[in-house]
Amino acid sequence: MSRPLVFALAGNQNCGKTTLFNALTGSNQHVGNFPGVTVEQKSGIVRSVKNRKVTVVDLPGIYSLRPYTMEEIVSRDFIINEKPDGIINIVDATNIERNLYLTLQLLELRMPTVIALNMMDEVRANGGTIDVLALSDALGVPVVPISAIRGEGVSELVDRAIEVASEGILPKVWDFCDENSPVHRCIHAVVHVIDDHAQRAGISSRFCATKLIEGDDGTLSGRLQLDQNELELIEHCIQEMESETDFDRNEALADMRYTFIEKVVADTVVKPRESREHRRSLAIDKVLTGKYTAIPVFFAVMFLVFWLTFNVVGTGLSDIMSLGIEKLTQLCDSALVTYGINDVVRSLIIDGIFAGVGSVLSFLPIIVTLFFFLSILEDTGYMARVAFIMDKPLRKFGLSGRSFVPMLMGFGCTVPAIMATRTLASERDRRMTIMLTPFMSCSAKIPIYAVFGAAFFPRHAAIVMIGLYATGIILGIAAACVLKNTVFRGQPVPFVMELPNYRLPSLRSVGLLLWDKAKDFIHRAFTIIFLGTIVIWFLQTFDARFNVVEDSADSLLAHAGRILAPLFVPAGFGDWRAVTALISGFTAKEAVVSTLSVLTGNIGATELRQALPALFTPLSAFSFLLFTLLYTPCVAAVAAIRRELNSRLWMLGVVFMLCATAWAVSTVVYQIGKRLPGFGTVDYIIFALTVAALFAAFVWLARRNRGEVYATSDKAPSTGTTSALNPVRKRRSRGCHR
Amino acid sequence: MTTMTLDKLKAGERAVIRAVRGEGALRLRLLDMGLIPRTKLTFRKAAPLGDPIEINIRGYELTLRLNEAQNIEVEKIEESEAGAEL
Repeated sequence: MSRPLVFALAGNQNCGKTTLFNALTGSNQHVGNFPGVTVEQKSGIVRSVKNRKVTVVDLPGIYSLRPYTMEEIVSRDFIINEKPDGIINIVDATNIERNLYLTLQLLELRMPTVIALNMMDEVRANGGTIDVLALSDALGVPVVPISAIRGEGVSELVDRAIEVASEGILPKVWDFCDENSPVHRCIHAVVHVIDDHAQRAGISSRFCATKLIEGDDGTLSGRLQLDQNELELIEHCIQEMESETDFDRNEALADMRYTFIEKVVADTVVKPRESREHRRSLAIDKVLTGKYTAIPVFFAVMFLVFWLTFNVVGTGLSDIMSLGIEKLTQLCDSALVTYGINDVVRSLIIDGIFAGVGSVLSFLPIIVTLFFFLSILEDTGYMARVAFIMDKPLRKFGLSGRSFVPMLMGFGCTVPAIMATRTLASERDRRMTIMLTPFMSCSAKIPIYAVFGAAFFPRHAAIVMIGLYATGIILGIAAACVLKNTVFRGQPVPFVMELPNYRLPSLRSVGLLLWDKAKDFIHRAFTIIFLGTIVIWFLQTFDARFNVVEDSADSLLAHAGRILAPLFVPAGFGDWRAVTALISGFTAKEAVVSTLSVLTGNIGATELRQALPALFTPLSAFSFLLFTLLYTPCVAAVAAIRRELNSRLWMLGVVFMLCATAWAVSTVVYQIGKRLPGFGTVDYIIFALTVAALFAAFVWLARRNRGEVYATSDKAPSTGTTSALNPVRKRRSRGCHR
Repeated sequence: MTTMTLDKLKAGERAVIRAVRGEGALRLRLLDMGLIPRTKLTFRKAAPLGDPIEINIRGYELTLRLNEAQNIEVEKIEESEAGAEL
């Protein structure tokens, strides 16, 4: 058995990277995070290689190796720190110019590299050709034409990759500019300065040189241990280059790469004017992003996905699943009874584990169905259009267009909605969307609204429900504005984004994604959610002396409810039964209703409806509903938040923020409502909406004073091509040229 | 020969990039995506709500916001010139 090999798979977004990764590794994948960030790291074992262990790590889709976005930083750090045995660079042959831009930076790393020229079938079908040998010569690395979606050329790719890695064959070309150009002189001079340092650090000096010229985030100069003298020498070289060319440092290097690419492409690629796929995409976009059709089509698509997921397929499957779990529970129960097991243990298994995990598992079909549709929307290229269409309205709240989809799904179920934030391009948008999704009232809260609506607002039940949804949305918007100006201030993400050609999704990719999500969710159901339900069961079953309770009013949970109850007196529902129901709602929102039934001694919904007025006035009932709307999501959603934010602290922060908002809103509404006698139902709602709207308006005004995110870019100098990169540099350059 | 910023173009018009301004991550992103002086582009359309916009550059479709496009100075290619080139 030969030495195991590790490859990094690098490429642009939308170039078929995931498809190739799936073709290489099959279902043999491990999903984790890159250290310290929420950027997903997928790795897998290449299944076609039997006699040695070949691992492929899927780097995020990036356009460059600059240290600016989280994705670029983790990619660069992975290659530099983990030192994979080789790099597989996937290049979209139909969009070769821009794809090769990353390739040139990868080649500068001087590591064994092989290029997978993807979508060659499409190029050929359009009457185009690419001279693969000439391209390979020009770039100095093996180029293997493949079609990832059909699996063509993949085994040859693996062979070549293993060959270059095991023999340590480095790229033969790494100089991309004319020998007499100022850029060349500059790079050469910088390489000269840092060569020894780079060799000691084990990083390609060429790569370090171009990255230092482009502006380093401090990582590289730290790794290379450059002293002040050397840094100044480098800066001097760069300034010389800038004064000799028309360009500043960044433009100069980008221009160098694209000029080289243009030449290579002119020599090797024969391309018909416009490909069929591109023409087809433009035609589809006439409707899907058309001036009058785009928004109606978008809402139709969203409605269809929502309806199919939560009404048709999802619920049907969910019901079957619940039925199955119920049957299994009964079977187990009778077996345990027959066996004569201790009653407490039986209760733990049946009421705790089966009931808890079972209710959570019934989410599974909804999650799988939703991801089925989302992955189709993503893989066809429609998600990029969603961002294009919805960007303007959502940007006002500091979000980007894509955030709309997870938040909309939040009305169905918070759990898959939060998992769906994975499709968001930037870490900032992802975090923010995760924090806002719980404001969208999930469908599990409907039973609570229904029972309370029938009991207290029989004539206005529908208006109350609409009012609650609207309050959630308005507060979500307000929270977005707050977050935008506090936690996420000053981290704008450029929107500049590709609109890929529409393509048919690969069934295998969709299938693998569903499998991935299902596995992930089941794993959570049996770990954190399992633990959560056992804790609640324990609290419900025992009293303070660890005796099994006869009456649920004596349980530890009820005690906790009594202890916490005074906290809710200002909000109008200081009754311990109401508070206990809220606590039990943490396992699942439906439990709020069932707990209230048990604690008031009424099992049926009708009896409960009659019993509730003893606990609440209409005003305090409305306040209670506001609280349930806004407070912590259920344990499954919290587990999803923890997973997607990749931080326990952030998760606790989100839960705390939600509970605090819920308490504040319900208290304000109750306190003011109490002082305004003769208020009817509709007034409560108008009132709640006004409170929320005032809050939003206040935040809005505060935001306006701070100015727009990109306001600074307007101050850029208006002369020629020089940019105001940073004042320090400009000052220094003035000093230097004297 | 009129210079203007990219956001001022109309649907279907072609132009050559003259300068790319802006700062930090945004400017680098623009350069990385191939928006470099001397590059030709076609303005496809604006989104239904007027912002962002879609352009065609280096054979692919790119979308960017108006305030990002303001950083790109372009020179319009007149119809006759554009026709001669194709």
